[in-house]
Amino acid sequence: MTARAERVLVAMSGGVDSSVAAALLVEAGHEVVGATLKLWGGDSDSGCCSVSDVDDARSVARRLGIEHHVFNFGDDFDEHVVAPYVADHAAGRTPNPCIECNRHLKFDRLLRRAEALGFEAVATGHHARIAEHADGTRRVARGADPAKDQSYVVHVLDAAALARVRFPVGHLTKAEVRIEAARLGLATADKPDSQDVCFITATGGRAAFLGPRIATKPGRVVNADGETVGSVAAVELVTIGQRRGLGLQGGADPAYVVDVDVPGARVTVGSEADLLVGSVDLQDLTWVGGPIAGGLLAQTSAHGIARPCSIVGTTVVFSPPSRRVASGQSVVLYVGDEVVAGGIVA
Amino acid sequence: MAGWHYLDHAATTPVRPEVIAAMLPVLSDGYGNPSGAHALARQARAVLDLAREQLVAVVGGAPGDVVFTGGGTEADNLAVRGVLGARGGLAVCSAIEHHAVLEPVLATGGRVVGVDRRGIIDLDALADALDPEVTLVSVMLVNNEVGTIQPLDAVAEVVHAHAPNAVLHTDAAQALCWLDVREHAASADLVTLAAHKCGGPKGTGALLVRSGVELQPLLLGGGQERERRSGTQDVAGAVALATAATAAATEREALVARTSGWRDGLVDAVLAEVPGAVESAAADGDRSHLVPGIANLCLPAVDSEALLFLLEQDHHVLASAGSSCASGAQEPSHVLAALGVPRSVATGSLRLSLGWSTSAADLDAATAGVLDVAVRLRTHARDGAPA
Repeated sequence: MTARAERVLVAMSGGVDSSVAAALLVEAGHEVVGATLKLWGGDSDSGCCSVSDVDDARSVARRLGIEHHVFNFGDDFDEHVVAPYVADHAAGRTPNPCIECNRHLKFDRLLRRAEALGFEAVATGHHARIAEHADGTRRVARGADPAKDQSYVVHVLDAAALARVRFPVGHLTKAEVRIEAARLGLATADKPDSQDVCFITATGGRAAFLGPRIATKPGRVVNADGETVGSVAAVELVTIGQRRGLGLQGGADPAYVVDVDVPGARVTVGSEADLLVGSVDLQDLTWVGGPIAGGLLAQTSAHGIARPCSIVGTTVVFSPPSRRVASGQSVVLYVGDEVVAGGIVA
Repeated sequence: MAGWHYLDHAATTPVRPEVIAAMLPVLSDGYGNPSGAHALARQARAVLDLAREQLVAVVGGAPGDVVFTGGGTEADNLAVRGVLGARGGLAVCSAIEHHAVLEPVLATGGRVVGVDRRGIIDLDALADALDPEVTLVSVMLVNNEVGTIQPLDAVAEVVHAHAPNAVLHTDAAQALCWLDVREHAASADLVTLAAHKCGGPKGTGALLVRSGVELQPLLLGGGQERERRSGTQDVAGAVALATAATAAATEREALVARTSGWRDGLVDAVLAEVPGAVESAAADGDRSHLVPGIANLCLPAVDSEALLFLLEQDHHVLASAGSSCASGAQEPSHVLAALGVPRSVATGSLRLSLGWSTSAADLDAATAGVLDVAVRLRTHARDGAPA
C-alpha cells in the first residue's frame, strides 16, 4: 500500500474481513467509501447479499464514519457467473463461480464503477497480498494466513487491476483480523466465515440449485473394464474424485470417480491410484508477466496443496503425478508465494 | 445536510412548517386517547373529528368515510385484503401499481393488466380481465415513478360494465399535490392517501371508504375507526395529514403552474444535449397525461447508480431511479418494464420529482448536474469500459 492518501472504494460484504479492511484504510488516513454489492437475489444461506449482510456492512460503515452505498450488479452476476455455472454443469464441467465473480464482478465491473466515480483504488477483504517488484511489476501473492489464503480465487487480476486493487488484511492472519475487529468495536468481529458458493444453499446443495435449471439425466457407473457397477441419478452433478452417491455395492475397494462422460451418460470409477495423472491440459493460460520456464507450483482448488509442475504449451506437467482435475476447474501457477499464471482445465 | 438540491419529492417530501405547527400542540398538550371519556380524551376526539372533516373537504366524501392508517402501504393493503376478506372473489390491478397494491393482489392470486407506452391502462385488456368473480379493481390515480395520470372515470365505466360485483380502489398518494382528488377520484369507492407525499410526515395516511363498501379489518382490537382499523389513533398524524392535504390543495394551481415550466425545461435540455436520451413515459414528446412534478428519463449507456452517486457528490442533487429495495440497492423498475422500456435502457433511468419546496435554483442545479454527469459517464460505457 502506498503511503499517499488515496480515495478508496471498499467492497464491504458485511463480513469481518472487509469490515477490518475498511477500518484499516480509514486509520491509515485514506478517504474511504464503502459499497456492498448486491449480486444474487435468490435463496442463500452462506452470507452474501442478504439484507442482514447489508445491514452489517452499513453498521460498520456508520461506526467508521464513512459513507456506504449498495450497488446492484445482479444482472451482471446472472450473466457472468450464474448462467455459465449452469451451462458448464450441463456440459459436465465443474466451474468455480467465485473465480468468475472475482474476474467479472469485483475486479472488473466494480473497478470500472469505481473509476467512473473518481476512486483511485478498490479494496476488498481478501486474504491475499500484492507483491511489487523493483521493476514495477506486480503479482498477486499468498495472504499471510496459510489456512485462509485466497490468492487462488483472486488470481485473475491483470496488470491494470493489480495497480488499483488493495488487500488491506492480506498481511494479517484471520485471528489478527478478528482481534482488530474487536479492538475497533465492529459488530462483525464474531461473525462466522462465509462458506462455499453464495447462491448454493447448505440444505439443498448443487442438486437443488441445478435441478430446476438443467435437464439432468441418469448415468451408468462403470469400472475400468467397462462393467456396470452402479448408477447415478444425475450424471451432470458428478465430480472427479467423488466417492459417495454412486450406487456402488458395499465391501468393494474404495472407488473414486476418475472420468465423467456427460454425453455418454457414463461415470468411470477407479482406485485412488487411477486418480493420478501426469498432466492436465488447459483451455486457456494467462501469464501475469510473461511465460516462465522451469519449475512452478500448481494449485487446483481454493485450499488445495500446490504441487510441483512445469508448463509445456498449455499443458501442466506434474512431477510427481497429481490428482486429476475436473474440466472447468481453475489451475493457478505460483513461483514461491506469487501467482504467475492461471487457466481453466479443458 | 444543508445545501442539498432535493428532487425526490415522489419518494418523500419535506414536512411543511404549518404541518409541524399543527402537530406540536397535539403532541405536547392534546395527548388524550380519543376513545376515552374525560376532558382530554374528548378534546382529542374533537381534534380527530375536525381532521376528518378537514380532510374530506379536500378529497371528497363524508367524514365517516375516513379510516386513518399508519401510511399509504397500510391503506393499500386494507383496501385489497379488506375487500377480498369481506367478499371473497378476485382482485385486478394495473401493472404499474405501487408494490403496496401489486404484492397483495399477487399474493391473493389476482390478475394484472398491462399499460401502454405512456403508462395508461389498456381498457380493452382490463375488460378482458374482468368478470363477475372480480370484487376489487385497483388503478392508481398518479404513478409514482413516471407521473402518469389514469383516466379513472373511464376505468370505472369498464369496471361497472364487466365486473358488476367489483368496487374500485385508487391509490391517490401521489395525486394530492397535482390533482383535485375530490374530482379525479370521485368514481373510486376506496381511495388511499399518504401524508408524506404532500408535505406531511411518514407513517400517517388514510383509506377513504365510501359508505356501503364492505371491509374486513386487517387489525383486530379495540374497534377504532368504526371497526375498520383497531389501534389508538395517531391524532397528531391525522392532523398532519389533514393539514398537509389542505395546504397541498390550496397551493396546487400555483405549484402546477410553477413546476410545469421547470420540468419541461429540464427534460427538454437533457433531450437536446444528451443523444439517445428518452423521456420514459413520453417518448413522442406528448406530456398531456403526466403530472408536472415528475421527470423520468432514461439516459443511454449510463448506469443509474453511478449517475445518482455523481449527482449527489458533485452537484448536491438528490434524486432516484426506479424503486429501491429493502437493502437500498436500485432494483429494475417494474413500471418501466410495463411501459415497454427495454431493461438495457431502463438501467439508465433517472427520476427527478418536484414539490412544494422546490426552487428555481434546484432545477438549475439539476439541469446542469444531469448534463455534466451524463456526458462524463458516457465516455465510460456502463461504468468505465472503453466505449
